[in-house]
This record gives sequence, structure tokens and C-alpha cells, in this order.
Amino acid sequence: MVLLEPSIIRRFAKPVNSVSLPRIVVISVAFVSGFSIMTIEMLGARIMAPYFGGSISVWGSLITVFMLALSVGYLIGGRLSTRNPNPKTFALFFISAAIFSIPIIVFADAIMRPIFLAIEDPRYGSLFASIFLYFIPTSILGMISPYSVRLMVDSHEHSGHMAGQLFFVSTIGSAGGTLATSFYFVLWFDVNRILWGAVAVLLLAGSLILFINFLLQKNAAVSKVPAYEKQT
Amino acid sequence: MKNKLRHLLGGALIGGVAALLQLPLIAAETIHEEKSLYRDINVVQTGSRRCLIFNVHRGDRNQTCVDVNNRDELIFSYTKMSFAGLLMNPEPRKILIAGLGGGTLPLAFNDLFPDAQIDIVEVDQAVVNVAKQFFFFEENENMTVAVNDARVFVKRAGILGEKYDFIILDAFGGDYIPEHLLTREFLEEVKQIMTEDAVLVANTFSTSRFYDHESVTYQRVFGEFFNFKLPASGNRMIITQLDPLPPRGSLITRAQALTPSLDKYGVPLLEYPNRLSTRVDWDMSRRVLTDQYAPANLLQDD
Repeated sequence: MVLLEPSIIRRFAKPVNSVSLPRIVVISVAFVSGFSIMTIEMLGARIMAPYFGGSISVWGSLITVFMLALSVGYLIGGRLSTRNPNPKTFALFFISAAIFSIPIIVFADAIMRPIFLAIEDPRYGSLFASIFLYFIPTSILGMISPYSVRLMVDSHEHSGHMAGQLFFVSTIGSAGGTLATSFYFVLWFDVNRILWGAVAVLLLAGSLILFINFLLQKNAAVSKVPAYEKQT
Repeated sequence: MKNKLRHLLGGALIGGVAALLQLPLIAAETIHEEKSLYRDINVVQTGSRRCLIFNVHRGDRNQTCVDVNNRDELIFSYTKMSFAGLLMNPEPRKILIAGLGGGTLPLAFNDLFPDAQIDIVEVDQAVVNVAKQFFFFEENENMTVAVNDARVFVKRAGILGEKYDFIILDAFGGDYIPEHLLTREFLEEVKQIMTEDAVLVANTFSTSRFYDHESVTYQRVFGEFFNFKLPASGNRMIITQLDPLPPRGSLITRAQALTPSLDKYGVPLLEYPNRLSTRVDWDMSRRVLTDQYAPANLLQDD
């Protein structure tokens, strides 16, 4: 689900300016983002069914909008990664994706009702509803992939290898999110509770990045202190 | 040599038996096959009986059958069971049928109540085409089909303030259950489009855990309902109305009055009042199905 154009990767030339996150952290949160994208997408059809039915065209609308949103996200994320790539911006993607996912839970009916009233054809109704509900959070989640490649790469030779690792992990995350949501989560929990779970996990991932970044910066500051001052 | 002969004879015998067993299968002729967006549609004819079958490879039972030489007679007990709703509203004027199938049920209602307006909602255009081409279904000025999702249709009807006095929910064909047509919210939307004297007839599931969830959900929305099961049929009908359920005596009186007019469809209406039960035979602790929680397709297997 999470695909990326090779052209985005070619941009990575400069090394990261500030402290760099350990690769395992970047990889882990990429997994979380892949997982969350598909959890939200799988629930999308369920959320829209009361207004637009359960037909295949509702799935079509949903997947179209997710693909468009991700493609725009990849483009923006890749562009942002060329300007001073840093863990704080990276964390911000997770936190803002979480915040922009909240309307799916809180305002779903308020968003879908006027669309249902205005558009009689459920195909276009579900298409517009998908845009309003999912475009923003999904495109923010899409920014994560190219940006994490940039955070992991410090030389040209490694870029393809790192990108490969990253897509591997985030797509495995997507597969996991799809399966877990459709097989088990819907059996155990309310739709909204699952979505709150995704929001919480994204916020946690963002906070984890900020926390590790804070620790690293502190360490970096300590190691810059001259040796004779340390001894006193 | 003797052994060889015995083998040959044995083989011939097995072959002969196999051929005999195959005979009824050979006589059933597939006259139409179609893959629609929602299902595989097969029309199979055995003698004068023509049947609509969804997802034949997975062993689904027939959706609808007609006898091409005696089209009025309804063949399936579950189709006939829908007429039990007439015991509660004997003269419907505006009827909604969700799920067309072969169209035999709407045709019978149209024949019985030619002045009633019948709206049918069917999600699959291919089913509409097959009903018209092979099952003698025709739209007319009082009976029209909307190709739409039942949930969408009902929600819009509610907003437009349309009301029906006879509603049949028969949208569960094939092996995939449309989860959004089983929830409390959907039933509340159905309630919105019911006139005060309306009756709701829902052809539902009679198996397993799902039976419990569904019963609990209907009870939450409508209160007490008639549970209608026939020994020969695997189906369970839920029949209910907005007012409290009528006493059995009035059902019997109505059955007696209506029976002559239903004779030609082969509906044994007189047998029905005693089969309508209000006894709770499900696990009431099961969770209500809602738009938030409706894993119907996952519950099915348990």
C-alpha cells in the first residue's frame, strides 16, 4: 500500500544536520504508520456504509482517495525532507496525523449527512465523503515514508538499501493493520474505539520520537563540554 | 480369465449405478450463468421448475424457484412465510421489498393487491435483469425497482418523509451478509418509514450465535416480535409492528378470512398463527449489533 517513487529518493544528498535518530526507531515508527493507515482504511467502508451502502463502489471511492492522498503525501514529505530534515518535524507528522484523524471519529455524521443530502448517487457521495474524512490524515501519513528514508540515509550508496528496508517494514505494517483490523479488532471493539486506538498509537509514536530526540540532544550537549570542565 | 470377467462386470455395474445416480443431475440444465459485482448468478431448470441460484460452487441453496407451467404457485416455504405479515396488516397500500431475488414475491403481491404501490430495492442490476429475463418479472406503473443499496434507499425515504405500511426485508442472499442492514441504527431508520399500522417482515438467520445477536437487536428496536419458524425451512422470519402485537385470536380470524385469496399461491396461511411465537429462545446477553459493532460475517462461523 505504501509505495514510493524512486525519484524522491534521489534527492538525498546532504547528511542530517542535527542529531540522527537510531535506525531502529525510524523503522519502528514506520511500521506503526503503515499499520495505522490500513486500520483507518479498513474501517472507512464500515463508517460510510450507513450513508452510501456496502457496494463495491464505496470501496472504490475509499481506495482511490487513500491512493491520491498517499501520493500527495509522498511528494510533500519528499520535498520537506530536503530542507533541514530533523526528528522534530518527523514527530510532527505523527502527531498531526493523529489530530487530523479525530474528525473521522467525532464529526463523521456531521460530514456525511450534508453530502448524503446533496449527492444522490452513492458512488459520488462516498467519493466526496472519503475526501473530506480521509484525505488530510492519510496524506500526512504518506509524508512519513520519504521523510524516514531521508532520516536513515547518510550516503548515496545506501539510499536504495535503506528505502528498501523502510518500505519492507511499513508495508508489513500495512499488511498487519489490514489483517488485525478486519479479522479481530472489529470483532472485539467498536469502530470508534479502534480509531481512538490508532490515534493513541500515532501520538505515542510521535512522543517517542520527541523523547528520544531530547535524550540524544542532551547527550550531544554533554559530550561537547570540554574534558577539563567535566572533571571539576 | 474368470477374474478379469468379474472385474469387467464389476466395472460395468459401478458404471451403471453411477449413470443412474447422475440422471437427475443431467436433467438439471443450466440455462444462464452470470458473474455480477456481488455474486455468481445461475439459472437452472429441472423439468418445468426453474431456479435462481447464487454462488452455486459454494453449495448455496436456491434463491427463488418458479414452475414455468404454473407461475402463480410459490415454491419456497420462506417466500410463502412472508405472507404471514398479512395477518397483521391484511390490506397493504404501500409496500417496500428490499431484495428482489427472482421477483416471485413482488409478483404475487402485485397480483394480490393490484392497487398497492410496490417499491423494490435491489443492489444488483444483474439480479434485476435475470428476474426479468428468466422469472417473468415485470415492472409496471404500481411496481418499480430501484437499483440501490437498501440502507441508502431507506435513509433517503426517511428524509423525504415517505411511509410504507408493509415492509419486507429479504436482502440476505448468498454467503456475504450486508452488515449495515443488520444494525440497530438501520432498524431505527426502517421504523422511521413505517406507518402506524405498518408491519415489518424480515427474513433472517436461524443459525448459531448470529441468531442471538440478531434477535437481541430486533428486540431492542421493536420490543416484542413474532418469531416465525417452520420445521421444513431453515429460515426464521421476524414479524413485528410499531403497536403491541395482536392477540392470537385476531390472527386466526384474519387467516380464515384471507386463506381463499391465497389459495392459488399455495400459501397455507391457516397453519401460520400457531407458528408465530413470542417465546425468547435466544441468549439475551448477546451484544446488540450497531453501526459501530457489526462483525456479522465473522460471527457467522461460530
